[in-house]
Amino acid sequence: MKVSMFHLMPHRELPDDFEDRYHSVWVDPPWSELADPERVGQYYNWTLDELIHADKMGMDGICVNEHHQNAYGFMPNPNVMGSVLARSTENAALVQMGATLPTTHPPVRIAEEYAMLDCISGGRLIAGMPLGTSADANFSYGIPPIVQRERYREAHDLIVDAWTRDEVFAFNGKYTQLRYVNVWPKPIQKPHPPIWVPGGGSSSTWDFVCEKNYCYCYLSYYGNIFATKIMERFWERVEQNGLDANPYRAGFLQLVAVSETDAQAEKDYEKHIQYFFNKCMAVAPEFQAAPGYQDYKSLVTRVKQLSGGRADQMGQWKDWKFKDFVDNQYVISGGPASVVDQLKDAVKRLRVGNLMVLLHIGSMPHELTLKNIELLSKEVLPHVRDMWDDEWENHWWPEKLKTRVPAAVG
Amino acid sequence: MGAVVEEFPKIRDGLLNPKVLKAGEGPPVVFLHGAGGLHWDGFLDDLASEFTVYAPIHPGLYDPDDIRKIDTLWDLVLYHYDLFDELGLESPAVIGHSYGGMLAAEIAATNPASVSKLVLMNPIGFWLDEHPVLDWTAMSPDALVKALFADPEGEFAKGFMQVPEDEEEFQEFTIARTWAIACTSKFTWPIPDKGLKNRIYRVSAPSLVVWGKQDALVPPEYAKEFSDRMVNAKVRTEILDGAGHMPQFEQRERVSGLVKEFLKS
Repeated sequence: MKVSMFHLMPHRELPDDFEDRYHSVWVDPPWSELADPERVGQYYNWTLDELIHADKMGMDGICVNEHHQNAYGFMPNPNVMGSVLARSTENAALVQMGATLPTTHPPVRIAEEYAMLDCISGGRLIAGMPLGTSADANFSYGIPPIVQRERYREAHDLIVDAWTRDEVFAFNGKYTQLRYVNVWPKPIQKPHPPIWVPGGGSSSTWDFVCEKNYCYCYLSYYGNIFATKIMERFWERVEQNGLDANPYRAGFLQLVAVSETDAQAEKDYEKHIQYFFNKCMAVAPEFQAAPGYQDYKSLVTRVKQLSGGRADQMGQWKDWKFKDFVDNQYVISGGPASVVDQLKDAVKRLRVGNLMVLLHIGSMPHELTLKNIELLSKEVLPHVRDMWDDEWENHWWPEKLKTRVPAAVG
Repeated sequence: MGAVVEEFPKIRDGLLNPKVLKAGEGPPVVFLHGAGGLHWDGFLDDLASEFTVYAPIHPGLYDPDDIRKIDTLWDLVLYHYDLFDELGLESPAVIGHSYGGMLAAEIAATNPASVSKLVLMNPIGFWLDEHPVLDWTAMSPDALVKALFADPEGEFAKGFMQVPEDEEEFQEFTIARTWAIACTSKFTWPIPDKGLKNRIYRVSAPSLVVWGKQDALVPPEYAKEFSDRMVNAKVRTEILDGAGHMPQFEQRERVSGLVKEFLKS
């Protein structure tokens, strides 16, 4: 198994009454009331230091992503973060999860920036290719929801062609027309860096990753129990497509918080977990999925599922304590032994080879985050690292990192 | 008037498959509905007592695949000429409400001969920074109903808010309303100002602009934008008190009277 540290770069000090006072954490939270650029500079530097620390501690990869107008994560260009990380890390895969295809114009910009990261890092890039959320792409960046997937497909084709075709070529798309496509640089990894596609459980995305043989990453903040049914359906779709059940086809994001003991974990992390769910997840319902963000088939499926009771899922954690978050596995937390058990169970149940762990959660201070990274790396990872490797090869990992033993653990 | 019947014209040899509701007898009138979908209502009944009313359902709302076959607003305008041809309509009167109003104006501007008379009811199509059109794609039901109706507690507002009790009907209703906004917003996202201001001068059909005075979604200040810019058409403007964005509901008698009188004049 490969385990990568994910970071959202959230606002760490939102006011206590944030969720009561403001309409939404995303799209329209007022910057000038809520944030101070000098302090935010500190957040960015903490974030970078935490990810660099994960590399030093021997974690397999480090992940950043792209959000806009969002107080729970504001790395509008993940490649700005990625360039610092490429220069400052040695062994970790750079998992860019990633630059958003339908909102980057022209999309060859992503081909160029990702290739730069691959060159600077010596071939350690994993190229995340997100569709983008509705809050980002539709409400913040003005893309009409109903064309977002079509734009995505076209941008994907252009980027892969730009990396893999040797000649200068013309690209005559519906959304992008370029007379001379000839990106400089091209990536080190051939034919191109591994491609991971993050998603929120949409079957249209599953069809795409199956067709292209990419790694699908289910990015959810609701933990591995909530994800069980969705990942079951993903694996059914993989089988229907005649593909093998290699666990490395799948990535999953899980919140993880490790401490010395179970009791200490509760003391350390409870308020930060509550901050994350009550403030960072306070997205106004109308910004979650604009009409048309889901294609017709997905819309029908979702409406029928919601009627089955899933509508109650959102916001049910309002009064939850540490124990509730762990019991429901929104967060895997406790002392090292307990975390090992929980992780093994989750990874087996979901059949996930490329695990991403959110180790900085909400309002967690820098020092506590470093502790979480260190305990996970030293006390937990040695017990879960070997999972899947006796049977399966990770075809979705940078070639040069497959055999490398990361420094701190080896 | 007789019953409402459904017609299924084949556009471009069946590439697009819209559904058109039709009722009444008399000179033809096309009604282009708003972003929320087509609901045959009392206003259309009133029209059908003296006219043949054709109410096409916008592309995608009937056959979900159709929306993928129209890329741009220009394609959408040309599609309507094909639709008029298939329905055997030569220069009909066209009434457009809200999103349908923008479409009607585009149709009448691109080919002025294609429309004999034009009625715009609370149309979108322009943008004034000092009077922003509200974002109907991202409003809670409560906020929407307050913006749409002069009397948010009145019977029409209540009717609008009423959802089917039956679970399956409720699902169908939710899907239809969401998909209607999804398809129509393809041509208006994220701001419904797509160049009509550069084209509307071409409209030559006699025109009636009707606006609910209490429209908070598309404020009545836009009525003047329309009449000022339609320099080649004779334009009559009526701002109706006691109506919001849906004057055909809240002031049905008044609107039906005005529109019928205008169409017959």
